[in-house]
Amino acid sequence: MNETIPIRPALESPLGLLAELTHVCPLGCPYCSNPVELVARAHELDTAQWLRIFSDAAKLGVLQVHLSGGEPAARRDLAEIVAHCAGLSLYTNLITSGIGLTEAGVARLSAAGLDHVQLSIQDCEEESADRIAGYKGAFARKMQVARWVAASGIPLTINAVIHRANVKNAVGMVRLAIALGARRVEVAHTQYYGWGLKNRAQLMPSREDADAAWAAVEALRAEVVGKIVIDHVAPDYHARTPKPCMGGWGRRTLNVSPTGKVLPCHAAETVPGLEFWNAQDHSLAEIWTSSPAFNAYRGTDWMSEPCRSCERREVDFGGCRCQALALLGDVRATDPACHLSPHHAMMAAIARRDSVVVGEGAYTYRRMEKREA
Amino acid sequence: MSAGDEISGEARPKLPRGVRLRADEARGGHVLLAPERVVRADPVAVAILERCDGARTLNQLVEELCVAYKGDRARIEADVRALLADLAAKRMLDL
Repeated sequence: MNETIPIRPALESPLGLLAELTHVCPLGCPYCSNPVELVARAHELDTAQWLRIFSDAAKLGVLQVHLSGGEPAARRDLAEIVAHCAGLSLYTNLITSGIGLTEAGVARLSAAGLDHVQLSIQDCEEESADRIAGYKGAFARKMQVARWVAASGIPLTINAVIHRANVKNAVGMVRLAIALGARRVEVAHTQYYGWGLKNRAQLMPSREDADAAWAAVEALRAEVVGKIVIDHVAPDYHARTPKPCMGGWGRRTLNVSPTGKVLPCHAAETVPGLEFWNAQDHSLAEIWTSSPAFNAYRGTDWMSEPCRSCERREVDFGGCRCQALALLGDVRATDPACHLSPHHAMMAAIARRDSVVVGEGAYTYRRMEKREA
Repeated sequence: MSAGDEISGEARPKLPRGVRLRADEARGGHVLLAPERVVRADPVAVAILERCDGARTLNQLVEELCVAYKGDRARIEADVRALLADLAAKRMLDL
């Protein structure tokens, strides 16, 4: 009878780890999920340091690792990393722009045991796609890479981020994904953080176009069943309920930055005052259970109303902390994407304002700042 | 008609590359890993999926399960067909 009763249920291990192996990327997509302050190559972890992190992740109970960037193919040790993860029975998912992959490189990754490739496309029309990516020839290279991946037998997902310049082509991008032999397609309306927030006025589609794209893709589902699976991410600014960002803060996944900093999500560094621990100094298990950043908004204790008493509090976890901060200046506020937020009307107003095309609408491309040597 | 009735008894179900069944040491039990998916597999699903090797036919698979678990054949076959149809629709199984 003297067993201690835990105050909160035992913390489950994370299922997934997203590794930003590098911030180097030849493309300049204006909605890039990387932080605005990019890490230069000289500060990246080396191979041995990454391998140790993946071993640690497997020990903690992580099942899937997402090898991302920047462009992960910019790392010369990519196949070595994949082989190491495969040896640990970790499911390896490569998230790539395709640029920098070669036919021989794809074959090496396949031989190393890569489980899955997620390839981004910017549009289904070449000229538009290259303009969005800020890189001439990107589209043609991606088509080539998709064929190499399909030929290698590695299952392929196509990822398409939707915004003003391609919103009318959402269905076209699903059809292109099918033609490329993808088993899965992600049609994700732009999330406005970091670079996306900087470019919001250039990216925001009109409400009508966003709704039409959504309905058209939903209408495709029945036709393509058994051919391709559609994962559809809703436009936040037009939503009624917020997305359960990362499946809840510090609940399912962790993110590792190119320098080894471990984050609850890729945008978490925008939250001031959070203390992040580095995988060089602590085990992932210690970071997961004890680091201040992971515990800051975990569970429901941090919530105020209307979240605190909401029946959806463990469904969407109050939505996205980074969005509440970016739009309201209050990281603990209900995500204004929620119709119960007193500031919900503001999101629609911003969307309306930013969807109006003013001037040339040039993007601020995602570029690494050139530093003086 | 119930789920999976349209699948031929001679089909040879197989987990494609990129879909893996594995033990989940940290949390116990088994999971099916697929692109951006982790699906918990109960013991019935594990018994079925372990036999989806692209060599056994659906009929053979059902037969084996009937012997191994001494269950009602119609019930077992319905379970197998429902699971295979569901996973095939999600592109997590090849028939």
